[in-house]
Amino acid sequence: MDIPKVISKKPFVLGLLFVILILMATSPLYATRYTVILLTSIFMYVVLTVSWTVFSGPTGYVSLAPAAFFGAGVYTSALLGFVLPLPAVIIMGGLSSSCLALVVGALTLRLRGIYFVMFTFGLVELLLHFVLWWEVNITGTTGRVVPTVGNTMVYYLMLTILVIVILIAYLIKRSRFGLALQSIGECEEAAAHTGVHVTALKITTFAVSAFFMGAAGAIMATRWTYIDPRIAFNPILSFLPVLMAIFGGMGQLYGPVIGAAIFTYLEEFLITRFPYYYMLIFGIIMVIAILYLPEGLVGLTQKLWNRIWGAKHGDP
Amino acid sequence: MAILEGNGVTKYFGGLAAVSNVDFHVEQGEVVGLIGPNGAGKTTLFNLISAALRLKSGTIKFRGIDITGFKPYRICRMGVARTFQTVKIFPNMLVLQNVILGSYFGMSPRISSSDAPKKASEILEFVGLSRVSATPARDLTLANQKRLEVARALATHPDLLLLDEIMAGLNPTEVAEAMELVVRIREKGISIIMIEHVMKAIMKLCDRIMVLHHGQKLAEGTPQAIATSEKVIKVYLGERAHAGS
Amino acid sequence: MIVTLLDIVIAGLLMGGIYALIAVGLSLQYGVARVLNIAHGEFIMLGAFITWSLYTIFGIIPLVSLAISSPVVFTIGFILYRTLFTRLRTSSPSPAVFEGKSMLACFGLLFIIQNVAILLWGAEIKGYSYLAFPVDFWGAKFAANRLITLGFAIVFGSVFYLFLARTRMGKAIRAAAQDPVAAGLMGVNISWVLAVCFGLGALMAGLGGTLISMSYQIQPTMGLEYTMIALIVLVLGGLGSIPGSFIGGFLLGLVGSIVTYLQPGLSLVAYYVLFMLLLLAKPTGILGR
Repeated sequence: MDIPKVISKKPFVLGLLFVILILMATSPLYATRYTVILLTSIFMYVVLTVSWTVFSGPTGYVSLAPAAFFGAGVYTSALLGFVLPLPAVIIMGGLSSSCLALVVGALTLRLRGIYFVMFTFGLVELLLHFVLWWEVNITGTTGRVVPTVGNTMVYYLMLTILVIVILIAYLIKRSRFGLALQSIGECEEAAAHTGVHVTALKITTFAVSAFFMGAAGAIMATRWTYIDPRIAFNPILSFLPVLMAIFGGMGQLYGPVIGAAIFTYLEEFLITRFPYYYMLIFGIIMVIAILYLPEGLVGLTQKLWNRIWGAKHGDP
Repeated sequence: MAILEGNGVTKYFGGLAAVSNVDFHVEQGEVVGLIGPNGAGKTTLFNLISAALRLKSGTIKFRGIDITGFKPYRICRMGVARTFQTVKIFPNMLVLQNVILGSYFGMSPRISSSDAPKKASEILEFVGLSRVSATPARDLTLANQKRLEVARALATHPDLLLLDEIMAGLNPTEVAEAMELVVRIREKGISIIMIEHVMKAIMKLCDRIMVLHHGQKLAEGTPQAIATSEKVIKVYLGERAHAGS
Repeated sequence: MIVTLLDIVIAGLLMGGIYALIAVGLSLQYGVARVLNIAHGEFIMLGAFITWSLYTIFGIIPLVSLAISSPVVFTIGFILYRTLFTRLRTSSPSPAVFEGKSMLACFGLLFIIQNVAILLWGAEIKGYSYLAFPVDFWGAKFAANRLITLGFAIVFGSVFYLFLARTRMGKAIRAAAQDPVAAGLMGVNISWVLAVCFGLGALMAGLGGTLISMSYQIQPTMGLEYTMIALIVLVLGGLGSIPGSFIGGFLLGLVGSIVTYLQPGLSLVAYYVLFMLLLLAKPTGILGR
């Protein structure tokens, strides 16, 4: 049986995805509470990583802001949690992040990429300081309570957002806009002269990617029940999606998914045994990935795959 | 009517006038040559027309509409397309994808997703790149990459095409093929401005030539007039015999 | 009223001196070595903690301990460039790709250095007291250590300026900043010069950290905020301009002082507002090219 041919057939892939989806959808019925919580975390990181890749992958504009958008969603949940029903809160969380992204994009995406990187780098700390000041001086609260929602509900909400973001990422990639985003990353000037409204496309895509990060934040807030600025705005949540995307590989859609799954599980595993070492290890992996894994794990696997199977088909 | 008109076009880089008070025009259907020594401001002028750079002063009108201050994508959709002196293709995209981007975004009104691949294939056929349509652009020869840039520009359905040294770095056979392509583009009714150092091509293809020197317009006229102009010869062309061939 | 204004101005200059120092360090790393070192603040933190350790454990006074901490931080920066960034530079197909990759590598370094510091020194806030007595300065009182900090920043800035302007190495650095390839062709040992620049940038960060530790409390997570400030000063002064970073540092210090007087806790927000205004009006900054 010619294995590469079977695996690349569309029905096979679709069937596989369908089976995985059914498994994910039904797991709360038979899996342990711990597994459900772990899976929810994995889903969250997959959402963050895939959303990040939607914009920063093809365009090459590295956003260091995921934590800021996630935090915006968390805070929206805290502010509106007792006022609106949960689905509305999640959408508002996404929208508030998108608005933030529109402002950031309008300011920086007309200019060279370096300004975008610098601005997004400090965004999470900026929001932290601002919200902290606001809570101390204006509202008088430090920390807020978020209405609780059961673990299973959080699981399904996160799974829903996951499915939506992967679908959107896939549709964008296949569309003319996906091609345009790639052209921006390859040669922005030529793209502009080929009729692509580069600034508008960058800002819009950035806002779309931020929506899902905010929605994820709004959902996770309900699991934490109590949040304060330091919990909501955590720089590590900017680092991890970038690490996962780079390690997983940004060429294919499943690269970030695999990267997110691996690192979430690693984090779970290491945080209990080596609580102070795990971020250090992640930092080292990041540097190693940049040095030796330019295409990520997916790229490496593809190269190995071609080496094993390519020869059979007479490829050089 | 002049399809393109420039009046008093000026651009400074720091204290240096790269383009200084240049007037120019292109009539519908013309092929205009733009020549001058290196650093004369030719590519800068293209950059000003296509809005890659902003004018310091002066106006540029396309089809009678003042396009000064428009963004590049808008000018492209209005009908002005260009190639670049340093080839700016999308290296990791397939040849077909490079061209189809032009079909998707450069055409006004918008083209449907089903029509675009067809149009792109037609253009690849027209420039002679059908054979390599599924190759990544980075794997093409220089001559073919330049051809691809032209194809991508054509995909945006331009009325005016700016060609920036498409023959630089080509061997004589490739130059002849490029010249033949320019003729075919012209036959489609597209007006052309071409920057070239290959004198043979300029003399043969152009209806009119404009000479720039130190950012200013030095001379303008038919190939014959330019070839025999004292000013131009002194500054640029060298031997009369050279210019004639 | 006048005393208050002087208070604010001098407080701004005191902080500005530190900002100027760390910004010039980052400017060397980005403007010359082309590395956007977002881990810059971690080197500041290292300088602070090494100084703290040398003082509290061995009793070596902070300004003297610079003789130890400066070479250490310089060497770390130098080695990092010679190994990690040189490797990235040679394997990157274009300068733009190198800038992107080196920035991401610094992102990784940020978490490496920060967590090494937590492992070595613990995550709690630390501090020490040195020369904390007040000094009368035109009617306003300032802590001696802060005045020394300012004096030091100015002295160091001047020494560095002379270094760049008068010495061979300084000229080599300026040449490399303008055009590394041409400089290399002129006989400048480019990989050496770039590594020295990166090391010097790290040294200045460490220096800034030492000065900060003299007047403020420190903790392993202190770096991020200083990196942000250095980045904003870089934009304010103009990307690629070292004198711009020096002046910009003092300007930002003044802004911070004014804002802290009006509304404490909002200084970082104010810096970002300034950042946004720059992006809207003049991204090239005051001395940018």
